[in-house]
Formats: sequence, C-alpha cells, structure tokens
Amino acid sequence: MRLTQGTFSFLPDLTDDQIRRQVQYCIDNGWAVNIEFTDDPHPRNTYWEMWGLPMFDVRDAAGVMMELTECRKVHSGKYVRISAFDSTHGWESLRISFIVNRPENEPGFMLERQEIDGRQIRYTTRAYATDRPAGSRYD
Amino acid sequence: MDVNDGAGTMKGKERYAAGVLQYRRMGYWEPDYQPKDTDVICCFRVTPQDGVDEIEASAAVAGESSTATWTVVWTDRLTACEKYRAKCYRVDPVPNAPGSFFAYIAYDLDLFEPGSIANLSASVIGNVFGFKPLKALRLEDMRMPVAYVKTFDGPPTGIVVERERLDKFGRPLLGATVKPKLGLSGRNYGRVVYEALKGGLDFTKDDENINSQPFMHWRDRYLYCMEAVNRAQAATGEIKGTYLNVTAATMEDMYERAEFAKSLGSTIIMIDLVIGYTAIQSMSKWARRNDMILHLHRAGHSTYTRQKTHGVSFRVIAKWMRLAGVDHIHAGTVVGKLEGDPATTRGYYDVCREDHNPQALQNGLFFEQHWASLRRVMPVASGGIHAGQMHQLLDHLGEDVVLQFGGGTIGHPMGIEAGAIANRVALEAMIMARNEGRDYLAEGPEILTAAAKHCLPLKQALDVWKDVTFNYASTDTPDFAPSVSVS
Repeated sequence: MRLTQGTFSFLPDLTDDQIRRQVQYCIDNGWAVNIEFTDDPHPRNTYWEMWGLPMFDVRDAAGVMMELTECRKVHSGKYVRISAFDSTHGWESLRISFIVNRPENEPGFMLERQEIDGRQIRYTTRAYATDRPAGSRYD
Repeated sequence: MDVNDGAGTMKGKERYAAGVLQYRRMGYWEPDYQPKDTDVICCFRVTPQDGVDEIEASAAVAGESSTATWTVVWTDRLTACEKYRAKCYRVDPVPNAPGSFFAYIAYDLDLFEPGSIANLSASVIGNVFGFKPLKALRLEDMRMPVAYVKTFDGPPTGIVVERERLDKFGRPLLGATVKPKLGLSGRNYGRVVYEALKGGLDFTKDDENINSQPFMHWRDRYLYCMEAVNRAQAATGEIKGTYLNVTAATMEDMYERAEFAKSLGSTIIMIDLVIGYTAIQSMSKWARRNDMILHLHRAGHSTYTRQKTHGVSFRVIAKWMRLAGVDHIHAGTVVGKLEGDPATTRGYYDVCREDHNPQALQNGLFFEQHWASLRRVMPVASGGIHAGQMHQLLDHLGEDVVLQFGGGTIGHPMGIEAGAIANRVALEAMIMARNEGRDYLAEGPEILTAAAKHCLPLKQALDVWKDVTFNYASTDTPDFAPSVSVS
C-alpha cells in the first residue's frame, strides 16, 4: 500500500527540486520549516521524531535541503516529512505537511475487529511494521 | 420655539398623550444618533408600500423590532425607554432600485439575552417582517459588538483544530455526498462511503434528508458507515470521516443518535439548519463536550435568503451560525449548480474564516465585524462541481474549505474510487502548482492535463465533464455604488 498522509501523497514522489520549491514557498510565507521522521505510520501517531528544532531563522531553502539530505542518510528506510509552522495569532499551527521519504516496502495496516454487544464493533488499526521493535521495522 | 414642531422626536408630556403617533415622532428616528461600540447594528432593505414615507417606514421597522406597538402606551414611562428604543439613524436609497431603501438601525445591547440566537432573532426578525405598511423587508447585514460576541462559545472545533485532529494541512479537504440521496440500504450506502474514502476523499456525507426512513434505519447506516470509515483508514493510513446526520424529530432523538455516533468512534456528526437555532446551539454544546466536529447543512435557507427584496441575507445566517457554534457550513461554490454570485459568496467565506471583517460593500458586508478570536467555521462548497474546475475553485474559495464532489465522484465512468482519485490528484497538482508560484488560474487546464498523464482516472474525469458549467445570472448580488460611503 501507499501511505497517503500529507499534502502531496497522490502525486508521484517529489523530486528534490520540487521539494525545494515547496520549502521556499513556506519560507517566503514566514513559516518555520520542520523535518520529522518515524517508523510508526499509524494515522494517529501525531508526534514524529524531530530532526533538530524547527528552522525558524533559515531564509533559503538550500539550508533546509542540506538538513533533509542528512536526515535521509541516517533514516533512509523510514518516513520523513516536511512541515511548516505558522505562528500567526489565531493559527499557531501547521500550514502544510508532506512526505519526502518513504520505506521501499510499505506493508500497511491490519484492521482488527472486536465484536461487542448490539452488533457494534470496536476497531483497532495496527501497522504491520510496528510488530517489530522500533529501529528495525523497515529493515 | 415649540420643541415639538417639525417631524422629529416629540418630547415631554405630549409624547405620551394617548393615541396614535408616527413612529418617527416616537423616538425611533434619530438622525443625529451615533451608534455605540456596544450596540448591535442592523442594515435592513426597506420597501415601503406606495405612499408610505421611507423615514416613517424605517422608523417603524426600528420600533416594531424593539419596544413599540401601534399606539402610545403610558407604561413606557415606567422604563428607561429611550435606551430600549431601537434607533434608525440613517436611510439611503438602494442604488439602482427605486422604491427601496437601506435603513441603519442601532439596538442597545441590553435588549438581548447573552448567548441566545433565538432571542436575538426573535427581536430583529420576529414581528416586523409582516408589518403591513411594508411591501417587503430584508435583513441585509448585522454588526455584533465584541461584548455580545463574547457571550457565545462559537464553533466547538474550528478550522485549525479540525485540521490538527484530522492531520490534514495545506489543501482544501475533499468530500462527497452519498448518492442517490434516498433509497439505498445501509449495506449499499456503506459501499459508497468505503469506495470514496479509500479512493482519496477525506469525508463522505449524508444528505440533508437522510434521517431514518423505511429503506434505511439510522442505526444500520451508522454501523455500516463506520465499518467503511475504518476499512478506508486502514487501507490508506489516513484519518477519514463521514458526516452522520443526527437530524431528527426531537432533541432526545438527536442526542441518542449523536451518542451512538460517538460510541462508534465517528469524528464528525451533522445537523440541518431546519432543526432551529436553539437545537443547533444545544448540539453545539454537545459537540463541544464530546470532541465532535459539527457539520451544518443549510437546508431550507434559500426560502428566505435568495430573493433580494425580502428575507434574511445568508451573510446574517452565517454570522449567527458562527456564534451559535458550528464547525462546517455550506456557503456556496460560485461555479456549481446552486445560487452564488462570486462577490457575495466571498463575503460569506470571509464571515466564516476571518477574525476581522472590514467593511466590504462590494462583497455585501455593510459593517466592520470583529470576531474576538472566536473559532473559524470551515465553509463547505457542494453542488455541481467537478475536478475540471479545480483551478477556479481554489481561486474563488481558497485553501480552508471542504470541496464536496458528490456527482463528481460517484458519477465517474470507472467507479467511485476512480472518481475520488481523480479529485484528489487534481487538487494536489493544483496546490503544488500554486505554491510553486505558477499562474494556476490561467494555466489550470494545462496543469490538470499534465497531472492526468500519470493518472488515468483524472483523464477520464476531464473527458467526461470538461464542458459542464452552470452559467446563470445570480439572484442575490450586492447593490452598492462605489462612491457611497457608510459610516
């Protein structure tokens, strides 16, 4: 399966040039660009690991791309996403978030059903990858 | 000189002599009045009966929507009546509409119960719309003072928290209303939900009149829909939702349905505008207590919003609904099948999404409005839109909107999943192009064609619907002369 979280998951994987243009768009809007990675793709896994702090003061996409290159070297077999944070009053949250690296093989999710009373079912979504311990999930 | 000469407000003992007095002489026409920051201000479009003076008609509107009755009553003198009288302070002819006038009326804040749309609307639209000396009357716009805004909780979730909860940023959300809107069994209904969500939509939606009918009981629908939502979440790794319509005959029924939706893990429920303002506020409180996104379908609004001369403008309804506290509201598509002048629709969207609305007569906004950090309402564009219009939709409606392609998903020649894929690919391609600084409105068709090269479903969608447009004259457009100023 293909994990479709993020703003551009239905397009072919972004080239570095395409990523750079999106990053520059974020910087030009005054947003802080952030790089995160994870090996737990659960849809409600909010807190991916941070690759350093959000880059509040970087003004050129090249600086972000250097960090992304480093992050990908270390975490090549994991999901990596770029997000941009807007600190404007009344928003103070993300403005965009898109995947820029994914494991070669994405095994997807098991949907577990627990039958309870009144025809109701309690659902649990479980990533096959997380059957294995953190750090060796996409080896 | 006698203070009661002329046509202004009568003073002293003569004012309260038993009998009938013109409204303009009773204190409802005060051309020198300066509205206070704490006043509620309304702009009405007044069309008096032939031979009725526009000042008297407008003063009558002020009177009948506040303290007046048809005759003088001495009991006024037991109250601080000058404070409680609504004051018409300005009457302008409507540009290019002989016989109609914009009347500006200020209401003291003490006239209204805090946090109650029922009370606010009972005052300003309660009686006066049937008043005989008027041919027609329309409430065009309303300025709520911050002091009054702060008595409402507003949307339980709001745009920002909804995005955080769904983990979806940087693009409009995508939805589809399940069709046919009547007749599907629960099992078949859930099939549509599953295919559409798996294909790439974020939401599916019950239609306004899907409640609990012989062909599909509400519990059956909820159960099958949540199976579909959870299956689609597991297939994509994305949060999905389906607006479960909890509209029902009584509050007890609605609470029962909402509780069941919650127990099944739904992220969102929906209600119809026809349930009434009090029921909407009750459901908003329930949604706030239960971390539920609350979608409002504006069913019925066109009966009183569409005609320019009579009724209540949708911009007023949108303001009331932001106060009452809904997270989604249908606000027009511009390019789709339902009424929607672009400039007027822009005004509705600004009411939903901005923290501050400057006066914008070209968009129908007569007043500046401060929202005092009240959460934002996500507008929903639904009705007759398709992937081939993506550049126009993004240009007209912006990023914080739910684009609902019902026919434009389910009517795809290769099926519902293909329809959903087409919409999502078209959307992401357009956002990417916009962010890259391209002139996406002019280059829209080329951007879509290029995206269709790696997406057959999008190519098929573009081929089927390429020539579908709904070009009809709008009924509800702003009437303003650019030189006219309103203070």
